Amino acid sequence: MGQRPEKSREMHRKYFDYTLLFIIIFLVGFGLVMLYSTSSYNAQMKFDDLAYYLKKQLFASLLGFCGMFVVAQLDYHIWIKLSNLAYLVALILCIAVIFVGAEYNGSSRWLMLGPLSFQPSELAKMAVILFLAKTIFQVPGQMGKFSTILKVIALVIPIFGVVAYNNLSTAIIIMGIAVCLCFVASPKIKPFIIMGMLVVAIGVVFVLQEGYRMERFDIWLHPEAHEKGYQTLQGLYAIGSGGLFGKGLGESMQKLGFLPEAQNDMIFSIICEELGLFGAVCVIFLFALLLWRFLIIANHASDLYGALIVVGIMAHIAIQVILNIAVVTNTIPNTGITLPFISYGGTSVAILLTEMGLALSVSRGTKLEMI
Amino acid sequence: MHRYKTFNRKKSMIVFLAILFVMLFLVGRLVYLMVFCSEYYGTKAEDLHERERDIKAARGKIIDATGTVLAANKTVCTISVIHNQIEDPEAVIAALVKELGISEEKVRARVEKVSSIERIKANVDKETGERIRAYGLSGIKVDEDYKRYYPFDSLASKVLGFTGGDNQGIIGLEVKYDEYLQGKNGKILTLTDARGVEIENAGETRLDPIDGNNLHISLDYNIQMYAQQAASKALKQKQADSVSVIVMNPKNGEMMAMVNVPEFNLNEPFTLNYEVPETVTEEEKQNLLNQMWRNQCINDTYEPGSTFKIITTAAALEEGVVSLEDSFFCPGYITVEDRRIRCHKRTGHGAEDFVHGIMNSCNPVFIDVGLRIGAENFYEYFSSFGLLKKTGIDLPGEAATIMHAKENIGLVELATMSFGQSFQITPVQLVSTVSAFINGGNRVTPHFGVAVKDNEGNTVETFSYETGNAIVGTETSEKIRYLLEKVVSEGGGSKAKIAGYSIGGKTATSQTLPRSANKYISSFLGFAPADDPKVLVLVVINNPQGIYYGGTIAAPVAKEIFEDILPYLGVEYDEEAAREAETELAEY
Repeated sequence: MGQRPEKSREMHRKYFDYTLLFIIIFLVGFGLVMLYSTSSYNAQMKFDDLAYYLKKQLFASLLGFCGMFVVAQLDYHIWIKLSNLAYLVALILCIAVIFVGAEYNGSSRWLMLGPLSFQPSELAKMAVILFLAKTIFQVPGQMGKFSTILKVIALVIPIFGVVAYNNLSTAIIIMGIAVCLCFVASPKIKPFIIMGMLVVAIGVVFVLQEGYRMERFDIWLHPEAHEKGYQTLQGLYAIGSGGLFGKGLGESMQKLGFLPEAQNDMIFSIICEELGLFGAVCVIFLFALLLWRFLIIANHASDLYGALIVVGIMAHIAIQVILNIAVVTNTIPNTGITLPFISYGGTSVAILLTEMGLALSVSRGTKLEMI
Repeated sequence: MHRYKTFNRKKSMIVFLAILFVMLFLVGRLVYLMVFCSEYYGTKAEDLHERERDIKAARGKIIDATGTVLAANKTVCTISVIHNQIEDPEAVIAALVKELGISEEKVRARVEKVSSIERIKANVDKETGERIRAYGLSGIKVDEDYKRYYPFDSLASKVLGFTGGDNQGIIGLEVKYDEYLQGKNGKILTLTDARGVEIENAGETRLDPIDGNNLHISLDYNIQMYAQQAASKALKQKQADSVSVIVMNPKNGEMMAMVNVPEFNLNEPFTLNYEVPETVTEEEKQNLLNQMWRNQCINDTYEPGSTFKIITTAAALEEGVVSLEDSFFCPGYITVEDRRIRCHKRTGHGAEDFVHGIMNSCNPVFIDVGLRIGAENFYEYFSSFGLLKKTGIDLPGEAATIMHAKENIGLVELATMSFGQSFQITPVQLVSTVSAFINGGNRVTPHFGVAVKDNEGNTVETFSYETGNAIVGTETSEKIRYLLEKVVSEGGGSKAKIAGYSIGGKTATSQTLPRSANKYISSFLGFAPADDPKVLVLVVINNPQGIYYGGTIAAPVAKEIFEDILPYLGVEYDEEAAREAETELAEY
């Protein structure tokens, strides 16, 4: 009799969200296949090595999986103590990148660590999730107050500003994560509606006032009339020529130099071209499944801290997926946001996988019977 | 420990549902793009990926009456380098310098230039191209192409014409029969990447070229050669500006030769056939080239002078205002209104009948005859003989007749017209009109084109030319042949006489405008055999130095041509005529 609770506790401890793990592995695997298909032409042209990008991504993925398993094994509560430090380190690195960053395509976003390059803004997203989860966790009762919400948001303003300096898209993601966390943590809804309207209003003023953004707006509406709309238009050509079932894996024409750097932000359009509407919807469905797992883990987390971490991760992935696909389909103006797990980017995939480790770590603490 | 409360769960569910909603919206957007816009974007993308490569069609040949190819095609090569396919730049440079004879500096600059494809040299001999290919160096591209080639360089240059870079005719028959000669270029549709490099195994759609058809013309290589030799000789001897010769069949209008010396080299049509100072501008040079390309037989008009007396004779005979026995008196001039018009023989021909009038080419006789016809009638004949219209020869740029307006023809104009002055016609107009008078009366359309055949020899099209209605009666025609035979056998055209052949003809000497320049055009129009003409020859010598009388300098040229071509054409040697000529000689 006395052993039963012991046994059940053990069952708690042993719970591990394999569904999530498999979705992640599948996404990473699929991502690598698509990355190879998309990047091999560019890799051959630039580096005379078909698998150049694949190798780098594979290496980062393996690193990420290591990080994932390490973090998944750890009790996530240790991050309560470390989150301040993580936030500080991320902030420092993001400042450092402004001064000593390696430039690529006109903006310096990379820190060179020997042979490896590292994008601190990717780390910043994870640091913000941990930091805000801790902050809110420490003052849960006050989240009903508008002032507290503002204070919490104010806390991310420094890193937001620093990241925004040369990577506005990532800064927006950071802000989005912060708002999502506050929204979930707060019992109220009204302040957020007001805030949302305010953001929209400011956004409109912003768009109307700045010429550069106006141009971006115009490119969005008429990509064919602008030289800068070239990438967007080529993306649309790729998507449109995919049709229902696509041209088949590896058969994309647009990746052959027509769509510049197809393996980065625009990889989803090549997925559309090769796998068609069917493949594209499958990918979206896969992400929805992933987000659903986060929802389940958050809702069954043993405490608010774990739940908030997972909500932050969900917000992070969701915002990136939605913005990326919206940009690729020219639903919103172009901003450089990568598609998680699939777009080329070593730092991104390594840190995302580590972040997944965090979610898996939280899933260990959930109560089995409730799932 | 703070728990995750129900409201937290509710709110995270709200977030999740909001995300799902947005994702669903994006799926909708994808459906719109990939189902409804699929065709639009797909076609645009395909346009972007497909490259069309032309396969040139070979241009049809121009083949003469003897089957000799006068215009053919030569395979030439274009040598290019593709920068990023070059493995051993030094070897490539060395090979190109050696084979193409271009300076190393130039080749190096092009080989080292970073571009998708760089052309090194076009129109390279096929053999050179093959030698370069034999090096087996990667990065060198040898493309084969056709180039128009004229085996006889300058032969009939102004008749045949030449082609431009796009295989299109520029002057001459090459223009006129362009649609038959051109053929249809083929196409290869291939998929290429953004740099234009073809994708292997992508499959290609090939549309084979259709070669142009061959044009068969009535021009005879041998006759053209004979005529050209004779003309060149006269050009040199008389230091004339130009000499034109037309040899045609007066019965059907087929042109057997058309020479305009100096001719130019058809294989280098943009090189002037004489030296020009280097100071000549591009524009001036183009004008000089245009001048050089002119076909004087067709593009230029002149005052025909005495050869036109044939036409006056025809009109007079038709009108019945003169008979061969009518007698005239030439005091060396004739007064028309207030104008005294002199005969070329100042002392006058004295009393003569019409036959002698034409034999002597006596101006007063023809002025008299012209006045008998009357201005209105003369104009009517001029018109009904077809002199006001173009001949319709199948060469571009035929010049129109320059003629008085009908109401402006007074007696003086009538008088000058009757011996071939004060109006201008083209040489080809003269020969086609005279053809009618000597062939029995039917106007013919002068032409070169006979038929179009494909490479296997199957006839694609045979050209037919209308033989116009009779413009003079057979009787008049017979009389003209008789009169013109007399001109050669006993009159002013005696220098064209050949023992054993009956030849008819008429000489002319006309002064060009302005008269003060003292420049002359000497010409002779002859045909043989006189009673049933098989061939008609017109020789026009433009601005000869020294003696300029047609009978003295143009008739011998025609004689030379006749001597060569009459046996060639199988005109029978007339024993009787030969004997007659001998006795005549004996009498002297």
